[in-house]
This record gives sequence, structure tokens and C-alpha cells, in this order.
Amino acid sequence: MKKLFKSGDIFLWFTAATLGAIIMSVLGLLFVVSLNGVGVFWPASLAEISLKNGSRFIGEITVEENSESPRIQIKTGNRDIYGTDFKWLPSGEINSLSYPEDIMLVERREFGPFLGRLISVEEDGRTIASGNEAWNTLDNLTIRAQKLLEQKSKIEKYEIGSINSEIERLRLEIKRLKFYGELDSSRLNALDHAIGQKQNEYTSLQKTADDLAGRTSGLMATFSIADGTTKKIHLDKIIRFADPNRMGIFEKWFFYFSKVGEYLFDEPRESNMEGGVFPAIFGTVMMSLLMTIFVVPFGVVAALYLREYAHQGWLVQLIRIAVNNLAGVPSIVFGIFGLGFFVYACGGTLDHWLYPERLPSPTWGTGGILWASLTLSLLTVPVVIVATEEALTSVPKGVRDASLALGATKWQTTWKIVLPASTPGILTGMILAMARGAGEVAPLMITGVVKLAPNLPLDANFPFFHLDRKFMHLGFHIYDVGFQSPNVEAAKPMVFMTALLLITIVLLLNLTAIIIRARLRKKYQGSTF
Amino acid sequence: MIAEPKNATTPRESSSPMMRAVDIEMYYGTQHALKNVSMDVAQNEVTALIGPSGCGKSTFLRLFNRMNDLIENVRIEGEITLDGKNIYDKSTDVVELRKKVGMIFQKSNPFPKSLYENVAYGPKVNGENNKARLDEIVERCLRKAALWEEVKDRLKASAYSLSGGQQQRLCIARAMAVDPEVILMDEPCSALDPIATQKIEDLIEELKHDFTIVIVTHNMQQAARVSDKTAFMWMGELIEFNNTKKIFTSPDKKMTEDYITGRFG
Repeated sequence: MKKLFKSGDIFLWFTAATLGAIIMSVLGLLFVVSLNGVGVFWPASLAEISLKNGSRFIGEITVEENSESPRIQIKTGNRDIYGTDFKWLPSGEINSLSYPEDIMLVERREFGPFLGRLISVEEDGRTIASGNEAWNTLDNLTIRAQKLLEQKSKIEKYEIGSINSEIERLRLEIKRLKFYGELDSSRLNALDHAIGQKQNEYTSLQKTADDLAGRTSGLMATFSIADGTTKKIHLDKIIRFADPNRMGIFEKWFFYFSKVGEYLFDEPRESNMEGGVFPAIFGTVMMSLLMTIFVVPFGVVAALYLREYAHQGWLVQLIRIAVNNLAGVPSIVFGIFGLGFFVYACGGTLDHWLYPERLPSPTWGTGGILWASLTLSLLTVPVVIVATEEALTSVPKGVRDASLALGATKWQTTWKIVLPASTPGILTGMILAMARGAGEVAPLMITGVVKLAPNLPLDANFPFFHLDRKFMHLGFHIYDVGFQSPNVEAAKPMVFMTALLLITIVLLLNLTAIIIRARLRKKYQGSTF
Repeated sequence: MIAEPKNATTPRESSSPMMRAVDIEMYYGTQHALKNVSMDVAQNEVTALIGPSGCGKSTFLRLFNRMNDLIENVRIEGEITLDGKNIYDKSTDVVELRKKVGMIFQKSNPFPKSLYENVAYGPKVNGENNKARLDEIVERCLRKAALWEEVKDRLKASAYSLSGGQQQRLCIARAMAVDPEVILMDEPCSALDPIATQKIEDLIEELKHDFTIVIVTHNMQQAARVSDKTAFMWMGELIEFNNTKKIFTSPDKKMTEDYITGRFG
């Protein structure tokens, strides 16, 4: 027994077990998130269930409980009819359960999915197809409707969008001239005239768009739900439809990937619960990159002074402790600081200097991607400072002496020898900072993140980067969909999927940095740093 | 910026010593590290410093290009002259001094850069940017360091890909690239095997035509082999300084004899 303790084997086992437990919990987390996330878009088979009391339901079986009173949960969809997306059915009451091939899943622009059977397709009130041919007609007409709607939204987004921003610019011009007292009647007339012209253009474009939409308004499809009642759905409200019970495995995969594609590249619908998260992905990546651009030079320069130039006395030691402690300050405190300092103080001052005519409506004096990134870079700067200091310390004294002995100044030595040799360590700091920053939500909520941002912070309108704009973020999206959406239960799978996506994006960002670091390490191969 | 390579056939006038240390007293805090040391370093000669560990020979060596400036709590009295000028004078530019007095360290310390960049570093920090001239300097110095034939095909490779002996010769080439007058060597062979040591010793023999060399060594045979003059130091004092032959055959002091014959140290 004594020998066992002396040899240390027992402690070795203990250390290994601890590491194992940590790895297991991380893997477990990833497993749960993936398990719940990746299945979201899979077109599951739809069951038709009739109960002993005669009522019938159609839905995807989501939970089967084998407690004292066994019951199953089905996702019935049809939120507009039932009021909820889910129903619990006691297993004992079930009379029959089947998977009929003609059950359809229809994705709509509102009220979530619809489950039922297709009866007929109508155009302007008259039935043009029913029975077996109804499916094909529905398919063709839906595609037609979607194309028209796409044209309409293109007009709205780009042409009307640019007219709107032009009108806004002209209005601000009038406001600016008025503010500085330079507005005479001839100028005002010219500007008013220009606005009028733009408004005419706007009206005609809007008419074109409405016409496009009008051509779809007569198209309808009639469905029946489980209990036999019928329901009419406008074709322009249908996004896609499928018959999961009839689909082969390839069709299911095709459906799955088209949904994943929509998720990654489209905008959200139905208060973020459906559709895609592209603006959130874009916001997250752009915010993280901006943060990195701010935090790395800032942290490296601070660490350089602290480690290379400052006299290593009690004051520097105190500063070092303070920096380390900064990493422990709750992130919401940084958020409040960001709101007070960046948004109100810096942004407000900028507004007074640059856009006094627009006040009281703020331009920079409100949350935006720039202020959020700066706030997060403050939050993550201790990580970069600590990692950089570490890297600087590990540059051997020998190479510094060699450089000095060649007649290089201290600055040349730092800049040409010490700093390049420290880059892998600095990149480690950057990776840690990015991982911390990309996953942070609390400070963003008060410095610029919103539930739904109509415009991306980067677009085709001059000056392309709109760093004053509010943005969407995956972390906030998780919170919003998971806890603030009107139908939390139905949104749960989306929350897992979004979490998975956020983890993947952080991983990808880090992987890029890790590859760069590996390249640099190879360059300084053989060195110990 | 970079002077023409010195010609071995026309050695510099050697009437006055290249460097001269006069009444050096040095303190690390309260510790009296060097006690009244005076020594002349003659031009185009190899001067060896020997003595037991901790006798102050490395410390003394580092005074010649003011590398001890980097250590805190050091106090130096007396003066060291280079070409008659006190290098501890306030007007001395340390950067200029170190260009004139280069140094090779105990552990080879190439930069984490390519072979080429290692040698070109010195000229570059001193303002040489002409590619052709840099190429010429790199080749000349690597040839002088007897390394050119071994590495000419892989100048872009990392300096860390060289063996220990090659790395040390690279460091010598690097030191020569700023065209110094004096090269200080701090136990340059202590981490090398006998064959690599042999090569460095041959190199020192060559280099003495162009440079003045001061070498600290633990190895008395090495001192006997490569140096023209030898200084024996003990406990921060210079016990005896004379021609190497004299020191190793009939030293004046009993202590020197005891050390050389291995009775202590």
C-alpha cells in the first residue's frame, strides 16, 4: 500500500481520470447539441392517429413516454387551427396508427408548418386540378408564384431600397442646410423637386412590385386536415411542400440539404423561428473579425511595453495583477461601460461634431457593430496581453544579446527579433480572445445587437462598411429564439441548431488562426516558442 | 556604411594596443566582482582569459562591448579604451561600440530566421539595404567562417536546421558581417564536440589576421593552442598576464602554475 502511494501510480490515475471527465463533459455537450441540432431539418415520417373517442390527428411523433400512464407527443403543426404545435396523446386511447402516403407537409410564410391532404388547386375561384394531378399543378404553380415573389422582393430590396436611401439623403441635406442657415428658396425647390422625382420613381416601382404580387393572389390550394375540415392556403404563402411518407432516402436528403441551405443563406422568418440565420452568421463573423483587428494590436503593444520596456517593479506587478483581474470582471459590466463610454460619450460626441443636423435622432450615438466590437475587444484584451507577455518572456536571452551585440538598438531587437519570434504565442492569445469574444452575448445586448436587423453592416451602398449599424448575432439569436419567441417549444430544435452553428463558426475561425500559427511555427522551426 | 574587407597582407599598425583595460573595479550590488584589473589587448592577436569558474573572466570579457550595461545594479570604475577612447565615457554611442566590438556567445544563438537573414541582420540594422551588397557580405562572411561550402545551396533554410558546430560558425559569420575590429568569444566551444571545436579553433587561427580576438575558455589546452597571450584570473583578480608560451611553460606565479598543472580549479 505504501509502495503504491510512493510510486505515484494512484495520482497518475487520478490526473488521467480528471482529464477524462473534462473531455467527456465537453464531448457530451457537443453530442447533445449535435443530436438535437442536426435532425431539425430531416423530413420525418408523419403518422395519422385515430383515438378511441373518434378524433384524428396527423403529426410527427416527437416523444414517447413509458411512465405509469404512457403517452406520446406529436408535432401537429397547423398552429393557426389548433393554437399550438404539439399535442400529448395517451397511448391507451390510440385506436390506430398509420403512415398514409398522401399526407403532406407544407411550409408556409406564417403560422409554421401545415400538415394535411391536398384536395384541389384553384385559380381565381375555379378548380383547375384535383385528385392525382393536383400535386403536379401545385408544384408548377408554386414555382411560378415563388419566381414572381422573388422578382418583387428583388425590386423592393435593391431598387426601392436605393431610392429610399437617396430620398433619405436628400432629406438630410435639407435638414443640414436648414441647420446651418444656408437654405434659400431656390435650393429648397431643387431639392424638393429631386425628392418628388424620386418619390414618383418609388410609386411606379412599388406598383410594378404590387402587380407582380397581384398575379399570384388568385392562386389557392385546398387541403383537408386530420378531422376532415378543409383549409385554403394562398400559393404565395407556400415556401415548399413535401410528402415525407412517400419520399425515398435520396429525396429526403435532398429536402434536408435544401433546408440547410435555406438556414445558412436566407433571412429569418416568423420572428426568427423559421427560415435562415444568414444575417446573424454575418454579424457574428464580422463582429469577431473587427474585434480581433482592434484587440490584437492593442494588447500586443501594451504587453510589449509592460514586458520589454517598463521597469519591472511593484507598479508593473500591480498593473499585471489588475490586467489579470480585468479578465474576471463580469461581461455585462463591460457592456455597461461600452454603452456609457463608446455609445453615449464617443458616439454622442461624434454626432455633435459630424451630424448635428440629424439630432436628436442619433447616428453614432446608438448601439452599433463598431461599438460592440470595441466593447468586446476591451473584454478580451487581458487574454491577449497575458499570452503576449508569455510569448515575449519565452524568447531566449541569447538571441536578444546576439542582436544587441551586432549593434542593433533595443527597438530594432524588439521589432525584428523578439516580436517575430513571439507571433505564434501572440496568435494563441488571438485564438483565445476570438473564442471568448464570439461566444459573448450579454455586453452585445446593450451595445448594438438586435433581434432583427433589416440591413447588413456591409452592403453595396456607399461607403460599403456601415459600422454604425445594428447587427444580428448567433449568440443573441439563441437567447432570442429560445426564450423570447412566441412558441418556445417549437423553436427548441432551432436553438440547438443555432448553438451547433455558433460552435462550428468559432471552431472555423480558430482553425484558421491555428493553421496560420502552425505555418509560423514551421518557419521558426526548432525554436522553443 | 560597411567598410571594404580588410586585407590580411597589410596588418594595422600594432605599436599601441587595440583595447586597454585600466584599473577596472566592478561591483554586482555589494559583491566585488573584479578587483583592480588592468590588461592590454594587442591588435591582430588572440588573447585568452583562463581561470576557474566564477573568477570573473566572462564578466570581464563582457565589459569590452558593454554587454554588462543590461544588468541592473552594476557599478564599474576604471576605464576601458578602444583606439585610445574610453568606451565608458558618457559620449560613447553603445550601438556604435558594439558594431566595432562583436561577440560570440557560449551557447550558439542564431536568430529564428533563415541562414541568409542571420548574416544579413547586422548590416541591415545598420542601414544596408542594397541586395547585391548584402549578397556579397553574406557570401564573404560565410566563406570566412568556413561555412559557405556547406550551406551555399540552402541559404533560405532555417538557421535551426544546422548542427551545433555549424550554428556557432554561423554566429561567427554573423558577427563578422558588421565588420568589427574586435571579436569577443565567450567559451565558444564549450557546447561543441571535439571535431566542431577543432573547426572553430582553425577558424580563430584564420580570423586573427583580420580581427583582434579575446577568448574566454575553460579549456587550457585550447588556450595554449589558439592564443598568443594568456591572462589567468582568480577570484576577480588578474593573477598573471603574459605570452601564452611563457604562461604555460614557466609562469611567474605559483598560483598560475598550480592551476595549469591541475592542482586546483
